[in-house]
Amino acid sequence: MSAASTARPQGARDHARAQAGAKVEAMPTLPATAATELPPGVAAETVIWDETIAAGGYASRQFGRGARLRLTDLKGDACASLLIFNAERPVERLNIADTLKVQWNGYLGAGRLLLSDMGRVLMSLLEDTAGTHDGFCGASNQASNARKYGDGCNHGAHPNARDRLLLGAAKFGLGRKDVHPCVNLFKGVRIEADGSTTPLVGPFAPGRQVTLRAEMDVIVVIANCPHVLDPRTEYSVTPLRATAWRGPVTAPDDPVRNATPEGLRAFLNVEDYYLR
Amino acid sequence: MTDQAPPLPGPILLDEVVPARAPSMRVVKRGQTLRIVDLEGNQAVDFLIYNAHDDAERYSSQDTIAAQCNLYLRAGSVLRSNEGAPMMTLIGTSVAYHDTIGGACSCESNTLRYGHHTKGQHACVENFLLANAAEGRGKRDMVPNVNWFMNVPVEADGTLGIVDGISAPGLYVDLRAEMDVTVVVSNCPQINNPCNGFDPTPVRMLIAG
Repeated sequence: MSAASTARPQGARDHARAQAGAKVEAMPTLPATAATELPPGVAAETVIWDETIAAGGYASRQFGRGARLRLTDLKGDACASLLIFNAERPVERLNIADTLKVQWNGYLGAGRLLLSDMGRVLMSLLEDTAGTHDGFCGASNQASNARKYGDGCNHGAHPNARDRLLLGAAKFGLGRKDVHPCVNLFKGVRIEADGSTTPLVGPFAPGRQVTLRAEMDVIVVIANCPHVLDPRTEYSVTPLRATAWRGPVTAPDDPVRNATPEGLRAFLNVEDYYLR
Repeated sequence: MTDQAPPLPGPILLDEVVPARAPSMRVVKRGQTLRIVDLEGNQAVDFLIYNAHDDAERYSSQDTIAAQCNLYLRAGSVLRSNEGAPMMTLIGTSVAYHDTIGGACSCESNTLRYGHHTKGQHACVENFLLANAAEGRGKRDMVPNVNWFMNVPVEADGTLGIVDGISAPGLYVDLRAEMDVTVVVSNCPQINNPCNGFDPTPVRMLIAG
């Protein structure tokens, strides 16, 4: 680029345009239908999002009811912190207390539902090859990262998950009051008999995956920052791949829908909501 | 009624009985102590905290759990905000531990847990929404709360649930405000699980300092 002078607009334009086409590890695939490494049976033309989210990065995206979202821990050290909103009325959002209480269990995995504060299923977990997730400990914040890494500012080298979630929410017009308690995927916390928390942060084998199904039209915000209880003194996190494709709305005979009486009523509440 | 509790520090600024099933909203200034007394035993008291000067900063169960590396609230626990700041400190209690993972009952979650016949029953979220509405807060201000005097054990396989309480008549919890806070209480009206012994009863709140 040494030939291009940026002293005047035309030169600056040429300089800017010459940057296009660069490839970096963390970037979106456009068009999304050019995504590779799709699951068997998923046609490229149904792909609606494919992006590698940087270590310390974030993304936010809207999905239609029935969409599948597959998250891949590419190198074994990702931590996907998720916020979920009802896209048409974001005042309805993930309620982690109801999610755990209604399902009578504190751990997340295949078959579990992510419930809203309105008694409905926002998303369900269809597949899970990771097994270590966390609904108890939430997001790191600027102060907690500063204590651990010396700095926790969003513009610094150790961005915190709360600021990342706030930014992802802000892109949909949402603000501080909308950043609700999150779920952490790929990093787990085991609860001991006395209530103490044991972090299960790996690093793990590369390629672990979680596939979620949107049961409503949703906005999903994802931050990929070290787990708040990660004991390592280094800011340790690796990129996360997000791939989504269109899929059918959950059928009446779906096994996840019918697995428990509480869950079935949550699906009935969703189906009732969409009667209009 | 508070025979089992130590004397409160400083003059008593508030002494109220919150009726069964009712909300209450009070300001506790930095340094003041709020005492809640379980008058008749095993009465869950759902509890939210807001920064009195900036209510987008509010109690966060997740930040509280992560900072103390434990699910349960015991003497010494620091109740933290969504931005990690100490809001109140649990300076004393005659109950072994309290809950902050069970959240608040709502008409909607009641339909999941017990069936759609419970949709019309009173619930803590109704108390929180109505109390908060007086100060312009709404549904976005609802977050998972503290449940004083409520017992939610977690078993080795993750199984958890609201079970019979470990509180008793006259047991108390004392909270020192670390910033000026607005506290919102729902004296839980739930009758479908054991959190209130299937019989909601009054509680007493005192503020001193």
